[in-house]
Amino acid sequence: MINYTNEEIFSVRFKNLSKSFGEAKILYDLNFGIHRGKITTILGFSGAGKTTLMKLILGLILPTEGEVIVLDTVINKIGELELREFRRNFGMVFQYAALFDFLTSFENVAFPLREFTKMSEEEIKEKVLSLLDSTGISIEAAYRLPSELSGGMRKRVGLARGLALDPHIMLYDEPTSGLDPITTHVVYDLMRDTHRRNEHRGFTSIIISHDIHATLKYSDYIVFMEKGRVVEHLDVESFKKSENPVIRRFLEL
Amino acid sequence: MLAFFEKRITNLGETVMDLLNGLGSFTNFTLRTIFWTFKPPFRFKLLFDQIYFMGNKSIFIIFLTSSFTGMVFAIQIYLGFKAINTDSFIGPLVAIAMAKELAPVLTGLVVAGRCGAAMAAQIGSMKVTEQIDALEVMGINSYQYLAVPRILGAMISMPMLSAIFLIVGYGGSWVIGVKLLQIDPILYTQKISDLMRLGMVAEGLIKATVFGYLIGIIGTYQGFRVEGGAEGVGKGTNMAVVWGMITVLVVDYFLTSFLAKIL
Ligand SMILES: Nc1ncnc2c1ncn2[C@@H]1O[C@H](COP(=O)(O)OP(=O)(O)OP(=O)(O)O)[C@@H](O)[C@H]1O
Ligand SMILES: [Mg+2]
Repeated sequence: MINYTNEEIFSVRFKNLSKSFGEAKILYDLNFGIHRGKITTILGFSGAGKTTLMKLILGLILPTEGEVIVLDTVINKIGELELREFRRNFGMVFQYAALFDFLTSFENVAFPLREFTKMSEEEIKEKVLSLLDSTGISIEAAYRLPSELSGGMRKRVGLARGLALDPHIMLYDEPTSGLDPITTHVVYDLMRDTHRRNEHRGFTSIIISHDIHATLKYSDYIVFMEKGRVVEHLDVESFKKSENPVIRRFLEL
Repeated sequence: MLAFFEKRITNLGETVMDLLNGLGSFTNFTLRTIFWTFKPPFRFKLLFDQIYFMGNKSIFIIFLTSSFTGMVFAIQIYLGFKAINTDSFIGPLVAIAMAKELAPVLTGLVVAGRCGAAMAAQIGSMKVTEQIDALEVMGINSYQYLAVPRILGAMISMPMLSAIFLIVGYGGSWVIGVKLLQIDPILYTQKISDLMRLGMVAEGLIKATVFGYLIGIIGTYQGFRVEGGAEGVGKGTNMAVVWGMITVLVVDYFLTSFLAKIL
């Protein structure tokens, strides 16, 4: 059993966390932590409660019971304005990138910089182009609208936008759904490179996925969820050896 | 038999609850948008963009609607009251009716159809593609960013568009009255200064501003409550138009009786 109370080791911790929507209980009494500086994948079948857990981490929804502690802050106990401020610690890549469709790729990445920093136009340009370059977006594509990009390119722009404010915690909700197998690996490589580049400052990556193969290849830790409960929380090597019948079933897919 | 009634009553109960919940979330939305209107940062660029967008989107239809309304109105009065010589009253009658009623209401219907729909469609599609979540995750309040500029934009655009409606509509009636019906141009405009009061113009502009607010809040609310893909966006857009138009017409009645007392 992992001791989840240590904030040096865990950047996100859940304490007796339960979540219901009306009558329906979605998450049951979760107690665990997500390792700081590591890549953790939250794995599970559809409807297991993965996205719900992610929204709780971001404070987009509130728990029914218990606490979500991010870094040193109990996220469900702070006020709305404080929470908005706090969210700058997060970078988020959405399932379908969720780029602002009225802005070009460049402006999408520049958006958080314009909103939250006092950077000059020069500095913004430099930073945006370097972010886009590091995620493999060409200058020419930088000035196109999201509707003119492929799914894989949108995800890269989404990643660049998520990284713009140098977050401490990066969240990816099914980052490769809807992509072909090759692009899937390109995106995973990109996530790992991003992680490695920022690892030294305790950068934490949380990936939501149901792609078992990519998960085994790229993660440090795996949280396996089923029907609102954590079935297993292990490092990858131990996970591969797990005797849990549900996980065995998943591994054999 | 009993079960039948029980089911009916349960259904009725649920309908009432749904209605109350709907009312509750609309009230909640209204209060939140008011709060975020007065909370910095004030996004003037977004506001100007919206005013420009709304003007651009409706100006052509406003020109068309207003000129034909003025023209038709002039002919109708002329034909309807030909027996008693009313030539000198056509101009002022058109001007007064336009200023008090036709300009704000018809502009309201046009703007509800064009801009209320666009608000619901834009915000709704942002909702289903998680763009609103993306804003929130970045720490930006989506009501402040998306709803407030649209609501304020509509409140500013509506009186301007309504004034254009009034002027163009009156112009249309003048062309018909003077050129077609051969009424003396001096006679056509003369009595306006006697019969028309500033309060009448003010009444129209106040109405237009209120309608702008209502169209804005309904359009954005319908956008924010969109759920479930493209179909949901279509439904929200439709609701924005229907409720926007109904609200303009119904509120017009109450505003008229209220303003009659104070102006
Ligand atoms: N806002 C909500 N209101 C009611 N029920 C909800 C809400 N959000 C999620 N649920 C329910 O909670 C359960 C878990 O949903 P969640 O989206 O967290 O699953 P998931 O693990 O992300 O699944 P998937 O892999 O399909 O994305 C589902 O049964 C879903 O219907
Ligand atoms: Mg999900």
